[in-house]
Amino acid sequence: MPHIALPEQMPGISSAFAFRPETAKPMRELAHILLHEPNSLSPGERELIATYVSSLNDCYFCQTSHGAAAACHLGGSETVKQVHVDFRQAPISEKLKRLLVIAGQVQRGGKSVTGAAIEAAREQGATDIEIHDTVLIAAAFCMYNRYVDGLATWQPQDETMYAQMGAHLAREGYRTPSIRPRHES
Amino acid sequence: MPHINLPEGLQGIRAAMAFRPETAKPLNELAEVLLHAPNSLTPGERELIATYVSSQNDCYFCQTVHGAIAAAHLNGDEELVKCVKADFWSAGISDKLKALLVIAGKVQQGGKHVTLADVEAARKVGATDIEIHDTVLLAAAFCMYNRYVDGLDTWQPHDEELYRQRGKKTAKEGYITMSQEYLSQEKHA
Repeated sequence: MPHIALPEQMPGISSAFAFRPETAKPMRELAHILLHEPNSLSPGERELIATYVSSLNDCYFCQTSHGAAAACHLGGSETVKQVHVDFRQAPISEKLKRLLVIAGQVQRGGKSVTGAAIEAAREQGATDIEIHDTVLIAAAFCMYNRYVDGLATWQPQDETMYAQMGAHLAREGYRTPSIRPRHES
Repeated sequence: MPHINLPEGLQGIRAAMAFRPETAKPLNELAEVLLHAPNSLTPGERELIATYVSSQNDCYFCQTVHGAIAAAHLNGDEELVKCVKADFWSAGISDKLKALLVIAGKVQQGGKHVTLADVEAARKVGATDIEIHDTVLLAAAFCMYNRYVDGLDTWQPHDEELYRQRGKKTAKEGYITMSQEYLSQEKHA
């Protein structure tokens, strides 16, 4: 049961967005820019950062839906699983591994980010804007994850639903709802 | 020194926002709705929640600037702001705001820390669903803003008078209007 009377039959953040459209608008826009708009980091790489931070924050809805979006971008879920288990062993670029280190530091707290981690990312070719976006993606998911779990939203364990959401997010991005109440669909 | 090459002369989040105006826009719009737009919680109460969470996250820039905005909304009562940060139970604020600060503190630790008992306690002293929602989102959003400001190691000068003046202006103008002061600067990318 959610902590407040959220619209029923809408999972995770969808129900909170429907409850408060005024705050949903900038939150959707922020996710769209960070994860979906053109960027030197691919959408798959950015979704992996979002998925990794959400898994560190233990948010089931966010890590599963963004993991599904990452899998769509990457053409399969194997890499997503490997990043989840141990990203250092995953088949991703050295640059992304070093950005994931920074994202993990941000998850613990802004002051945990070290100059050495930034230098290590730069050595592998990370640009200032890529480092900026990594810090902001990680920080933003410390918000989204707390929002989703702090309201105790409904988070069904339904693989088909997350696969559909992931496909929608990968294709359309974040400006429009990826899911509607079941009785409407 | 900031971790990346941010525009010089801008404090805290302003430098990060001027570096990346595309993300600055929704970040300011979210702050405007949560902190400045009409709400059954007063702007002073909402700024106290933002200040409290920022102090729990040990973010100097955010707790100082939002503390100054809170004080500006609260007839310049800087003592009250200090008291809320140090021990809100002993502060001269409503029982409802105290119960909401408990929820905000739980969100700061992690979303799953919020308990049904915390929410019921807030409801018992008159908190509505939207007030509980906004408290959760305010606390969550400041877990983002604080990490953004400190994660980039932005310049955060210790200058109380600067924050006091900016607090008065932001309390009056809001976040979107204030952002024009620094977003019109040349984009560094």
